[in-house]
Amino acid sequence: MQELETVIALSRTQFAATALYHYLFVPLTLGLSVLLATMETIYVISGREVYRQMTQFWSKLFAINFALGVATGLTMEFEFGTNWSTYSHFVGDIFGAPLAIEGLMAFFLESTFVGLMLFGWDKLSRGKHLLVTYMVALGSNLSALWILVANAYMQHPVGSEFNPATMRMELESFTALFFSHEAQAKFVHTSVAGFLTAAIFVIGISAFYMLRKRHMAVAVRSFRVAALFGVFASIGVICLGDALGFISGEGQPNKLVAMEGLWETAEAPAGFNVIAWPDQEAMENRFALQIPYVLTPLVTHSFDGTITGARDLVHRAEVRIRDGIPALVALETLSDNPNDRDALRTFRIHGDNLGYALLVKRYAPDVTQATPEQITQAARDTIPPVGPVFWSFRIMIAAAFLMLGFLILATIYSLRGQITEKRTFLKIAPWMIPVPFIANEAGWVVAELGRQPWTVYGQLPTWISASTHSVGYMIFSLVGFVAIYTIFIIVEMFLMVKFIRKGPDDGPLPPAEPAVAAPGHTSQWSQA
Amino acid sequence: MEIYIVLKLVWWALLGVLLIGLAVMVGMDMGVGAGLRYLGRTDRERRTVINMIAPHWDGNQVWFILGGGAVFAAWPTIYATAFSGLYVVMLVLLWSMIVRPLGFEYRSKLPSQRWRNLWDVTLFISGAVPMIVFGAAMGNMLRGVPFHFEWNMVSYYTGSFIALFNPFAVLCGLMSIALALYQGGAMVMNRGTGVIRERACNLLTMAGLGALVLFTVCGLWVWLMPGYVLTGGAEPAGPAMPLRKTVQKVSGAWLNNFAAYPLLWLVPGLVYAGVLAGIACARRGLSHVAWWLGALAWAGTIGTVGTAMFPFLMPSSTNPGHSLTVWDASSSATTLGWMLAFTAIFIPIVAVYTSWAFWVMRGKVTPETIEHDEHAY
Repeated sequence: MQELETVIALSRTQFAATALYHYLFVPLTLGLSVLLATMETIYVISGREVYRQMTQFWSKLFAINFALGVATGLTMEFEFGTNWSTYSHFVGDIFGAPLAIEGLMAFFLESTFVGLMLFGWDKLSRGKHLLVTYMVALGSNLSALWILVANAYMQHPVGSEFNPATMRMELESFTALFFSHEAQAKFVHTSVAGFLTAAIFVIGISAFYMLRKRHMAVAVRSFRVAALFGVFASIGVICLGDALGFISGEGQPNKLVAMEGLWETAEAPAGFNVIAWPDQEAMENRFALQIPYVLTPLVTHSFDGTITGARDLVHRAEVRIRDGIPALVALETLSDNPNDRDALRTFRIHGDNLGYALLVKRYAPDVTQATPEQITQAARDTIPPVGPVFWSFRIMIAAAFLMLGFLILATIYSLRGQITEKRTFLKIAPWMIPVPFIANEAGWVVAELGRQPWTVYGQLPTWISASTHSVGYMIFSLVGFVAIYTIFIIVEMFLMVKFIRKGPDDGPLPPAEPAVAAPGHTSQWSQA
Repeated sequence: MEIYIVLKLVWWALLGVLLIGLAVMVGMDMGVGAGLRYLGRTDRERRTVINMIAPHWDGNQVWFILGGGAVFAAWPTIYATAFSGLYVVMLVLLWSMIVRPLGFEYRSKLPSQRWRNLWDVTLFISGAVPMIVFGAAMGNMLRGVPFHFEWNMVSYYTGSFIALFNPFAVLCGLMSIALALYQGGAMVMNRGTGVIRERACNLLTMAGLGALVLFTVCGLWVWLMPGYVLTGGAEPAGPAMPLRKTVQKVSGAWLNNFAAYPLLWLVPGLVYAGVLAGIACARRGLSHVAWWLGALAWAGTIGTVGTAMFPFLMPSSTNPGHSLTVWDASSSATTLGWMLAFTAIFIPIVAVYTSWAFWVMRGKVTPETIEHDEHAY
């Protein structure tokens, strides 16, 4: 049992490490591909050489980032099988489909055209090359769509049912799976977060050039395109984040209480915990700073909704565990005799709570002998680790509003043509680059740590999902991944910084190019 | 015939198509990577060789990713059991593969010779190792893998890591890298000139002949080693539950399907025909034909394994009754149906734009062309 717990902990650590690492590169790919498409569109429409230089320069950085996204994505595609085999068997009938479709519909598109985008400049007409860049942007965002359809199933399993004859969840409705509100909101939220990441990235680097008065033609225009793009993205990411919070609040109340540090059920109007020090053991906040009235409309999108707190959710979970135990017993009978009528009937009645019975199996291998204490313990597990989820959520939100403010300023300065004079702003801008990355990682933590103790919410507990490896194997693979990925990031950062310092290949600009550093050149945007 | 049986058979065939696509397209690039230091003696030549596949390796690699995803979707029990059972081997495969995108993308970004030599080594490793592991995995499937399930389908692998590199599996691995080198040679002949093209032709010839020898040895070995026979349970239309059947190990049983349907001998025949005709074409300068004949040889190789094992996919050597077969390791009919619809729509589309991409980038790559191309690797 001790060994099992260690293997689970190591498997979770490895998955979190590889996923968080992969997710450092993905949002930038999502956003930069769309930004490249935007810049190249301007180039094709206006015919101005500087926009081609911009597109080519940013696509170099895109390629350096993309290589690592692809490399680390390879790991993800197989890690469910290598490390989460019970999970993979349990939901493969549903979860595998969006992953495969992602390959077919999206990743093929993105990867085939990325080669043409990088190498086809001299072989394709302007229009065709633009089309290729569009396909890369479309492919990478379609990728995100299908991956998030798969992820949304883990958060909010819809369109499926457990089949005792095969001991797994099976697909009932593909359309329900695809049109899951969770999936749709997650997709837009994540894609737009990628746009935001790319915008801040481009702004930061452009500001770096402007401060040094280098590559001004490229820098000023890149800055403006990215600032405008980023303002819309940051508004979008906040709106969709709110929608996603609302949807999660309904589907995953246990995640919601962790995000908000809410222990007691809150009648309207409930206060919003701006900061708090949650104590999971005592199920209370040792300290909390509240804004009154705000939480109810924020979470329920109404003024009279009630938000169930963690304590009441634990009581509900106890009921469901007790109800699920007969289902687990019946299932074991069915494994010997699939046609046992009594067991089938029992399973039909209690099957919905099978996952809850599996929660208590962690403490009571024979669930019929589970003590009230063990049931309470399992029920308390249904509240995810409140502190980390609560704080990650706040980091993400703070970062989002910080970026929104920053981008509004950037857009105003840029449109007024004052940006090259705002030295302080330009000095801060490169330091903003880590902010979206931190927000992305924090968002992942809210979504996935907030899903605990389940791999599939309400259906399959994490503790039973992993492959049955030895501790030795797990240490070996974890150390290997950390070592390889550390080397990777060092090489990537080294090249990234080197190519940023080198800057775009300005080449001879057409003589008609207006002086970009001069104030009052706002007309350039309209010219473009 | 019941629709579920048809779907299972179609997806068995599509699994073959996927593996062939993976072996041909990814194998080609890996063959180029593994043969890089032979094909190019100077850095200029090596850059030339790399740039022949530079625009395509990424798209081709999706066959590998799609392979993972499609097995997950259509054969989830295989995905869960094989990849966790072969854990350390999978790690070797993944770790060697994930350095490849960096090898391509980062190698020529700096002029330092030491930097480039280092990435050449990673390109060699990430070309040779995955193809050997790919072949060795096939070999282990033929031998059977030590695994079993609990009643609730939690799987346990009880063998050692070293046992997966048994002599038979290693031979299969070498056969696989040999065919990959053949395919890589054909690709470099297509787009190369002069001395590079000559070396590629030699590589193709040697690798092709080596592959035939290894294929013959592996074939004789299969004839002598125990195969698996389904003796009860496992209804073709039944649910995907692999725990309710009986299986026997019988020496030479992998030849039963060939004995029952002698026409099937044509499938391994494709390997000999493809490689021999391919070498002949390559030596006459018809490298495009040689490339397609190499693809045919891959189809024959993977087809031979599939034909020999049918209906088995992953036999269990320690608990044969828990072996995974076409009848009891698939997804539900609903999932197989949806996936078939997506595949039928998108594989032709993928084929069209992949062909277009190769057509756009057609033409010879020489040391001179890459000197003048600022976008080259």
